[in-house]
Amino acid sequence: MNIPFLITEQIRERGLFMAKSSNAVDRSKVLVRREARAAWLFLLPNMIFFVGFVVIPMILCIYTSFFDSTMGNDTKDVFIGLQNYKELWQDKIFLRALKNTFVIVLVSVPVVCIFSLWASSVIYKLKDSVLSLFRCIFYLPVVTGSVAVTVVWKWMFNNYYGIFNYIGKGLGLIEENINWLGDERYALWCIILILLTTSIGQPIVLYVSALGNVDTSLVEASAVDGATDFQQFWKIKWPLIMPTTLYILVITTINSFQCFALIQLLTSGGPNHSTDTVMYYIYYTAFKLYRYGYGNAMGVVLAIFIALLSAVQFKLAKEK
Amino acid sequence: MNSGVNRTNAYKIVSMIILVILAILFAFPLYWIVTGAFKTAASVNATSPDWFPKEWVLDNFRKLFSKQSAPLWELGIPFSSKFSADGKPIIFSAGPKVPAAIRWLLNTVFMAVMAMILTCITAAMAGYALAKKRFKGKTMLFTLIVCAMALPKQVILIPLLREMSSLSLYNTIWAVIFPTVGWPFGVFLMKQFSEGVPGEMLEAARIDGAGEAKTFVDIVVPMIKPGIGALAIFTFINSWNDYFMQLIMLSSTPKLTISLGIAKLQAENATDFGLIMAGASLAAVPIIAIFIAFQKYFTQGIAMGAVKG
Repeated sequence: MNIPFLITEQIRERGLFMAKSSNAVDRSKVLVRREARAAWLFLLPNMIFFVGFVVIPMILCIYTSFFDSTMGNDTKDVFIGLQNYKELWQDKIFLRALKNTFVIVLVSVPVVCIFSLWASSVIYKLKDSVLSLFRCIFYLPVVTGSVAVTVVWKWMFNNYYGIFNYIGKGLGLIEENINWLGDERYALWCIILILLTTSIGQPIVLYVSALGNVDTSLVEASAVDGATDFQQFWKIKWPLIMPTTLYILVITTINSFQCFALIQLLTSGGPNHSTDTVMYYIYYTAFKLYRYGYGNAMGVVLAIFIALLSAVQFKLAKEK
Repeated sequence: MNSGVNRTNAYKIVSMIILVILAILFAFPLYWIVTGAFKTAASVNATSPDWFPKEWVLDNFRKLFSKQSAPLWELGIPFSSKFSADGKPIIFSAGPKVPAAIRWLLNTVFMAVMAMILTCITAAMAGYALAKKRFKGKTMLFTLIVCAMALPKQVILIPLLREMSSLSLYNTIWAVIFPTVGWPFGVFLMKQFSEGVPGEMLEAARIDGAGEAKTFVDIVVPMIKPGIGALAIFTFINSWNDYFMQLIMLSSTPKLTISLGIAKLQAENATDFGLIMAGASLAAVPIIAIFIAFQKYFTQGIAMGAVKG
């Protein structure tokens, strides 16, 4: 065999191959570029709004939190580094608001999750029409809107004309009219109660559909093996609806952290800041005191808390 | 075995009863709003409440409509406040004076419909690109979208307000609409739905010579229609009820939404509960009717978005 010939042949072949492949690369590069261009064109309209009215404000929020930015001051914003953040931890009202926020989250999240799971497990096997009736009713307070819901509760909690005092006295639970929203002992709990009624709708919708999607053959097989209803629930359905539970935990946490309309309309944070939440205090600082920088610093801290809590929930759920 | 069956049956019956009672309690505030709106002043302020109105009167609505008035519409030149002599927008067409509540309702409908249309179009396009196109920075963009979704919307309201004033959009309905459209939930939901469009169909359309726009309109949109329906109703309801955003962005009486209007009524007439309930029912009844009409899309949509996510 003529070895040099073989080598040259090989080289030629390889060269040819290389030429071909580089040609293919060129062509696919064009395609890739074309695809990317199309993708960005499809993204463009949304990106204008997303970047313009979500991302930029987010960056501005972090940026301004390092400034003393107060409206009405003729002077420009002054860079003060971490001063706003330092002030937060000495601000008694902020700390109280933080505590209230955590009380709201710690009470409402478990109650919402457990109640909605229980309610969905009762209704998900019912006839379609009955099921949607129940789902609709539990969703009503969400759809009605926070303002309409809040004003009617304000009436129901009213010291003189409210039905709570009337029923309470009628049943002998209370002796005298209670000023529910004006009393430090009760105000926060009244708010939590209303928050619960407006938070339960979405989890029920989610759980009903998650439970409906559980493969019935698995459940039937376990029934044949003699599993009780209770075992069926914990061993088969619960792991399968875990992603839904996780999602519900996260959205309920975020919603509870953001509780605002209830507070602004019912108590304005009073009496004596007993119902201040971080969200309300941000509003108060920024739009009543016009201290934008300080308000933004609180916003950043709140966002960090929410991010941390969501991360912890994700981690716990994954481990299980 | 038998007692076990009995026990499960007993549990089922008891939980049904509890659930029915709770359902009644959940519906009660709404019942109280609507009946309260039609009660007489004496009945509203009775210390022992009338569970059902003894006589139905329209006094509260009459009072609501006679309180404040506003032009039915105002069409102005965009950004004219920047160059007009008095710093106010130049209005070339103003509607007849009507009760302010009517204008608030009109504002709210306009806001919710605009937000809905813009969100559906932009989110469907972006979601399709994220699901079906390959491009640099896709993972990063998607991560950014998910992170933004997890953040509380309200923390960006302070910078958003300043941005809107510098764009001279403050106290216009657009200041509420634009951030709603930008909110990334829609893109996320649409991406989940677009994932379900088979790649072969897109490929086939391309081989047939269909352009990008044609492929999207003729193939992708019909396939993700249920998702778009869900997003539409979801955006409509959320934007109707997004009180915090409206509170910060809108200030003058003719610009208010119905939610803000009631909040204002409540601040000015704290104990005239009949009047406030009339306002509240005006805000709540239309949105509830819409929800009930489109309930199916809505429940399917939020469930699908979450399960797939």
